[in-house]
Amino acid sequence: MSALTQALWVLLLGSLLGLELIGKVPPTLHTPLMSGANAISGITVLASLTLIAQANGQLPLLVLGSLSLGFALFNVVGGFLVTDRMLAMFSRKKTRSGGAG
Amino acid sequence: MAGLDLLPAVIDLVAVLLLALGIKGLSKVSTARSANGLAALAMGLAVLGLLIQQPLSPQAWLWIAVGTAVGGLLGLVTAQRVPMTAMPETVALFNGCGGMASLLVALGVALYGPGGTPGLVEQVSIVISVFVGAITFSGSIAAMGKLQGWIDTPGWTQSSLRHGVNIALAVACLAGAVALPGAMAGFPLWLLVVASSLLGIGVTLPIGGADMPVVISLLNSYSGVAAAAAGFVVGSQLLIVAGAMVGAAGLILTQVMCTAMNRSLVSVLFGGALGGAAPVGGGGEEAGYTRITSCSAEECALALEAAERVVFVPGYGLAVAQAQHALRELSKLLEAHGVGVTYAIHPVAGRMPGHMNVLLAEADVPYEQLLEMDTINPEFPRTDVVIVLGANDVVNPDAKTDSTSPLYGMPVLEVDQARQVFVVKRSLGAGYAGIKNALFELPQTAMVFGDAKSVLNGLLSELRSMGVGKKVAA
Repeated sequence: MSALTQALWVLLLGSLLGLELIGKVPPTLHTPLMSGANAISGITVLASLTLIAQANGQLPLLVLGSLSLGFALFNVVGGFLVTDRMLAMFSRKKTRSGGAG
Repeated sequence: MAGLDLLPAVIDLVAVLLLALGIKGLSKVSTARSANGLAALAMGLAVLGLLIQQPLSPQAWLWIAVGTAVGGLLGLVTAQRVPMTAMPETVALFNGCGGMASLLVALGVALYGPGGTPGLVEQVSIVISVFVGAITFSGSIAAMGKLQGWIDTPGWTQSSLRHGVNIALAVACLAGAVALPGAMAGFPLWLLVVASSLLGIGVTLPIGGADMPVVISLLNSYSGVAAAAAGFVVGSQLLIVAGAMVGAAGLILTQVMCTAMNRSLVSVLFGGALGGAAPVGGGGEEAGYTRITSCSAEECALALEAAERVVFVPGYGLAVAQAQHALRELSKLLEAHGVGVTYAIHPVAGRMPGHMNVLLAEADVPYEQLLEMDTINPEFPRTDVVIVLGANDVVNPDAKTDSTSPLYGMPVLEVDQARQVFVVKRSLGAGYAGIKNALFELPQTAMVFGDAKSVLNGLLSELRSMGVGKKVAA
């Protein structure tokens, strides 16, 4: 199997997996889920790192890679933390209401 | 030897597995938080796998450190500082930056081709990555600007002119994309970058605020596609899988939101703001309302004091006024007085599904008191007082009865069934959908004009001066 065919299979199966992963989501979780999925889309850090690794000392590539890494990490770090902040409120609320009721 | 070669591949596989489990876990309340951590761990693992795979020069490490420090720190600070009310905008901003990252990678490969001249597959991937990355970035920033109120909806974007403009931009994108493989670093690349960016804005700008959550979710899906395309550009299968998963999951979420609003994706994207007949930009139009009853906080407080069952309907106005804590305090006071209090949450209340749940959770509202639309609607006929706080379109009875209304068919909270309705609103201005609300003219409805927070505080002091809740408090 050529690298391209393989990559296309990976694309197809990944897409199918994504379609199946979130079938039923309670509305409460829509915002956190969107935010979490958004953080995961920052996985493009891998592309930024690859660009830097393969730059071979070329300054423009290093700069572009570093810039891209900054943007992607902003997405990743901010995304995961903000999602955690939202979800932390749910869990706190759950324990409290559980204690009261 | 073979074992060492295998290590990065194993790390990648574990990372994909954890990512998938993370996304799955995020869709359940009980597991969501740990799932988020799991996904973050997977991301760290993926980065680690890549770093041990690639031989890195000290110079490369330096640039990695710079990018990591700046991006990570800004992300950290933003995530901690941003108020919960601004969540949709924040997600849009993060999302846009993810798109920008994919765009920059593709630009780097196109302009300076680290691995020699790009092959056809890489060229196609570069085109897709630039196109989707630029649209994701500019569209997300435009969406954020609209939600923050930085950008208005210009009049021309509501006319059919916008379709012409967007088609022209799309053609320019196509021209750039077709010409690109011949001249990697030349004019077609920049044409593609500029035209895609403008197209992102041109497509997002005309969309009304009520539909913004759908757009952000769709753009979120795009950023996954952009990441997958970047995966093809740099030849990373892990990136392709993760990008494809997010892209597909985002699409499902978008569909879920559209269903909740009874809108099709096509009409969201190409229909423009709801109610194109309404005067555009004239937000404060009061014309058209004839039988409005307005009342003071005092009268409203009297009705609350006498009620047995009260339902609050929170909307975006509550979020803007940051009034969730005042609302919680008012509820506590009423509960101490023996009033049954619940909250009716429309699936798309606020600017994003789940937005109100997040806000009210922040104010420690018990989970059981938040009732979803299907649960609360049969309860309205037995409800004494409904207080609508800065919600508008989600309580418009026209959506059920008036087949000419642009909202017709959208599931709404049937607050008009309650005995008495108070609508807390800053003015009679149209809602985000830009259309008139028949609820305001019903005989049982009274308007309490003012910002949600000041009205709620007014109600609190009125109730306290009446001695409500004192027995329990003392």
